[in-house]
Amino acid sequence: MIELKKVTKNYNGKSEPAVTDVSLQIERGEFVFLVGPSGAGKSTLLKLIFCEQLPSSGKLYFLGRDAARFRAGELLRHRRRIGMVFQDFRLLKQKTVFENVAFALEVIGRSAREIRLKVPAVLEEVGLAGKAGAFPGELSGGEQQRVGIARAIVKDPLLVLADEPTGNVDRDNSRQLMELFEKISQSGTTVIIATHAWDVVDRMRKRVIALEKGRLVRDEQRGGYSYES
Amino acid sequence: MSLNAIRYCLRQGVVSLFRNFWLAFVTAGMIAVSLAILGGFLLVALNVGQILHNIAGNVEISVFLRDDADPELIRARLAGLGGVSEYTFVTREQGLVEFGSALGDSDLFAGLAGENNPLPDMFRVRAGESALVEALAGEIQALPGVEVVDYGKELVARLLSITRWLNTLFLGVSFLLAASAVFLIVTIIRLSVLARQEEIGVMKYLGASNFFIRAPFFLEGMVMGWAGALSAAVALGAAYHRLAFSLHRDALVFFLQPVTDPDKLWPVFAGLLALGTVMGGIGSLVSVRRFLRA
Repeated sequence: MIELKKVTKNYNGKSEPAVTDVSLQIERGEFVFLVGPSGAGKSTLLKLIFCEQLPSSGKLYFLGRDAARFRAGELLRHRRRIGMVFQDFRLLKQKTVFENVAFALEVIGRSAREIRLKVPAVLEEVGLAGKAGAFPGELSGGEQQRVGIARAIVKDPLLVLADEPTGNVDRDNSRQLMELFEKISQSGTTVIIATHAWDVVDRMRKRVIALEKGRLVRDEQRGGYSYES
Repeated sequence: MSLNAIRYCLRQGVVSLFRNFWLAFVTAGMIAVSLAILGGFLLVALNVGQILHNIAGNVEISVFLRDDADPELIRARLAGLGGVSEYTFVTREQGLVEFGSALGDSDLFAGLAGENNPLPDMFRVRAGESALVEALAGEIQALPGVEVVDYGKELVARLLSITRWLNTLFLGVSFLLAASAVFLIVTIIRLSVLARQEEIGVMKYLGASNFFIRAPFFLEGMVMGWAGALSAAVALGAAYHRLAFSLHRDALVFFLQPVTDPDKLWPVFAGLLALGTVMGGIGSLVSVRRFLRA
């Protein structure tokens, strides 16, 4: 589904590339943890997959298509096939939980009928059925992240990219959120999570791709957070 | 773009105007102030233009006839001249009476009546345009039976030069004020867009097209611009109406009467509305554009 061939990403003004010579392949339905210290290139890799950034060199293929050759319409379709989850949730404070989730469908032109049907079902799925009318400010960190996940999956994406999704929640919520991601993955959606939550990675034993200073240093099926685990 | 998306853009534009009411209110208020300054200046320019036009329109050509001239023949020739708006024949007797009245003593010239009257018959001619006076005077001078033509050559020349100078000044200042209003509107809208850049970022991550992101902001910008311009036009209209009414009542000199002809006034107000609305929309598009790169 996703293939990177010797991908390097340089940012203007930075002497070292954020990602260097990374080659990897991720299949449909896989659950992948991206691990590594801060500045290792995890977020850049997610941005490259989302096509928010283009590789400085190397190739990135999505469903067999070279991402560098995406036209405007293809880029839009590509992004619509991806659900993004952020550490800081990025919910719109002036919108209710229902409206935040519905927003993901509205901006891609889905009908009001579809929105009325899908949003309550997704909120139920993430355990927020009773919070549809609440505003983000009235929710805990864990609940806000559930809204973020609901917003990411409501459009039935092929891929969910999560950047430190448990960075702002406590350990209990962190575990519950990961269970939610696992459930999403089991339904056939590819899930890629960049995380520092070593305990979760160690416990779940999924594929682990480790980056250090922008280089891929480990790609292990059923791996742990550190080399020793 | 689907019907759902268009419906959403319209709804979103209206909803976010209400959600960001105070931001929209302040933005519209500042647009109103900048357009009111421009509109006020345009009204002053319009009135000064009218005053000059009135003064120029009252420049009179005095056409003195020779003793042997046939007034009827000259009257017929004047009627055939282009650029003449009106003319009146003044007999030498009437001329003497008027001269006496103008000096404040009508008995002073009593001895000059009848055969002793030194004044010739004359026509008073008014031109439709002050710019035509000089050429018209030349044509009239060439008519048979005309002794001499007098029209205050220097006054006309000075009026024409003042009018030209003021027109240039008003055009320049109007352009500067319009440019600063446009700059201010774009800056204000940019600030209001800046306050919502997070929303734009989220829309991008959700896969919204650039058009889809721009449309509600464009709509909002147009509504804010329109509301600001409408407020400016209403306030300016009310103030002008009041001022014009009191001037109409008090002004003694006819050429100081303010412009009240709707045909002359509506372009100013319609122009303000159009400028506010268009600049609100364009300001939004320009402001959102920088967040859409990537």
